[in-house]
Amino acid sequence: MPTPPGPAAIEVRGLRRVYKVKPTQVVALDGVDLDVAPDEFFGLLGPNGAGKTTLIKILTTLLLPSAGSARIFGFDVSRDEKRIRRIMNMVAGGEQSGYGILTVREQLWMFSQFYGLTRADGWRRVDELIDAVGMGDERLQRVSTLSTGQRQKMNLARGLLNDPWILFLDEPTLGLDVAAARQVRELVTAWKAAVPGRTVLLTTHYMAEADELCDRIAIVDHGRILAIGTPDELKRRVQRESIFRMELDRLDGGPSALARLPGVVSAAAAATDGGPVDRQTVEVNLVLEEDGALGAVVGALGGMGSHILALRKSEPSLEDVFVELVGRGFDEEDGPEPPAAATGDRRADGTSTTDDEESAEVA
Amino acid sequence: MSVFASSPAASPQEAAAWSPRRQLLTDLRSVRGRAYPRITGLFREKSWVFFEILLPFLATSAFVFVYRALQAPPEYVGFVVLGGAMTAFWLNVIWMMASQLWWEKSQGNLELYFAAPMSFMAILFGMAVGGLVMSSSRALVVLAVATLLYGVSFAVDQWLLLLAVFGLTLAALYGLGMMLASLFLMWGREAFHLTQLFTEPVYFVSGLNFPVARLGLLGALALGTIPLAVGLDAMRQLAFVGAEFPVGTPSPEVEAVILVVMTAVFVLAARWTLNVLERRARQEGRLSVRWQ
Repeated sequence: MPTPPGPAAIEVRGLRRVYKVKPTQVVALDGVDLDVAPDEFFGLLGPNGAGKTTLIKILTTLLLPSAGSARIFGFDVSRDEKRIRRIMNMVAGGEQSGYGILTVREQLWMFSQFYGLTRADGWRRVDELIDAVGMGDERLQRVSTLSTGQRQKMNLARGLLNDPWILFLDEPTLGLDVAAARQVRELVTAWKAAVPGRTVLLTTHYMAEADELCDRIAIVDHGRILAIGTPDELKRRVQRESIFRMELDRLDGGPSALARLPGVVSAAAAATDGGPVDRQTVEVNLVLEEDGALGAVVGALGGMGSHILALRKSEPSLEDVFVELVGRGFDEEDGPEPPAAATGDRRADGTSTTDDEESAEVA
Repeated sequence: MSVFASSPAASPQEAAAWSPRRQLLTDLRSVRGRAYPRITGLFREKSWVFFEILLPFLATSAFVFVYRALQAPPEYVGFVVLGGAMTAFWLNVIWMMASQLWWEKSQGNLELYFAAPMSFMAILFGMAVGGLVMSSSRALVVLAVATLLYGVSFAVDQWLLLLAVFGLTLAALYGLGMMLASLFLMWGREAFHLTQLFTEPVYFVSGLNFPVARLGLLGALALGTIPLAVGLDAMRQLAFVGAEFPVGTPSPEVEAVILVVMTAVFVLAARWTLNVLERRARQEGRLSVRWQ
């Protein structure tokens, strides 16, 4: 992606963050270098404890680096935090912010005041955003009665109140059901399309989400960035061959008959999930040196009297990329995790110790 | 322009360049914003009528009956009623100011506050303003009902000074609350124990139900450190002119000066503590991590 003139939206150099967790130290970030261009939708993809949240906390000025530097549009996170806070906003998954006693409209208005909107502008902007995120029916509903999905849409509206130049989304769909997560993704995409020049940094451990939304992705593990690129570039790292899945009406001689053809690396019977007994077909996984070798295979099959019923090219997923880079699956642990307190990870259900009744009492 | 876009700035650098006036206005609006949920809650949740008026009123009534049984001077009933009214402010300071930031952290609000462009002092002021409105309404109800019910008669010569002392007492009290809020946040989970620790001893040494001079040296110490003690003593002197007071307390004018000093010290200390806290919290990761 060409870099527009002016400072990068995010520029990180040799960033290191160490938490002192007695009796030891936890290295949450270990020499991170990162450049994100203005207008980019950038994703940080990694498992829990990878250091994503720590990086986002540093970039949002809530945490100081132990070493190295980080800049947002040229402003240093350690020294220029006031300027950065004027142009950024953040939304986290499972966020329980605000006060349950307020209505959605009131809660958003309260936050609008923290960004300096006048009373009238605040109400107007809040109403516009409530409509934009599709919460018109919940406008006057108390925050304490919102569902998790509704709450997250409200949080997203809060994150857009100040028309941020950079929006940090930390696991924004955490704990949401499929429909609610899709709505949140659609809203973010709509905002990004409507306001050119804005930058988004998304952290997620949902690979499909990163794949769908991000222009570029950094894969993070153990506080290090293992790879950066567009989703396609990352996938190409692991796709050294072309992989096809083929369904044939018959295959005399079995898959080994195909394996002998030029350009074919391997051919093996595919695992099937069973089908009607009267429809006897053969499924073959075919690994080719390149796509061009497929022509020879199709020709050979014709000569063997086989008919191709279905043909599908298998694309590697970001999970394949992760496995290739890290040597383990996304959900597989490889050792003791740093304490949740040190990494800032939330509970899986995104809840906090206080419920909404308590929220109301301590408003 | 899209509904999503509201900033007229052409670049992030331009958007980040705020004039001092804009920063000040943002801080003032933040005070209003943070006060809003407290004031709204006053009208939305009515349970406070029971918990924060009826129960304190019963406690006050108990002392009224004790003084009557002991045939104490009638002004003592007035002392107790005034003390009962001021209880609302102390409870509000200790529970809804001092331990508030700890709650805000638990709810996830704290990191949003710190990540927003206003001064954090504006949040504390907003909490104080909202708390003042809440507590004032409660104090007024207790004062009015108890005065009518127990026939308290006030004798005031200097209304302006009385009002000034009342205002200064609240300013000093909420200044203390702002300072404690920062300290409680630093002490984390211990906040609850600290809250318990502060509540009853301050009731006692402030002389909520009796003239603080009765405590002798301890009372004098309270007058020099606890705004509730000095404010209440000054208000009693001003509201019950001619009543027989134990010797040893300063004049209301001197106590007003003490309150001014206290207000300045507490607010400045709150600001200093917040700055230290934010720096330390950013260094140690305590600011935004919910469970630390």
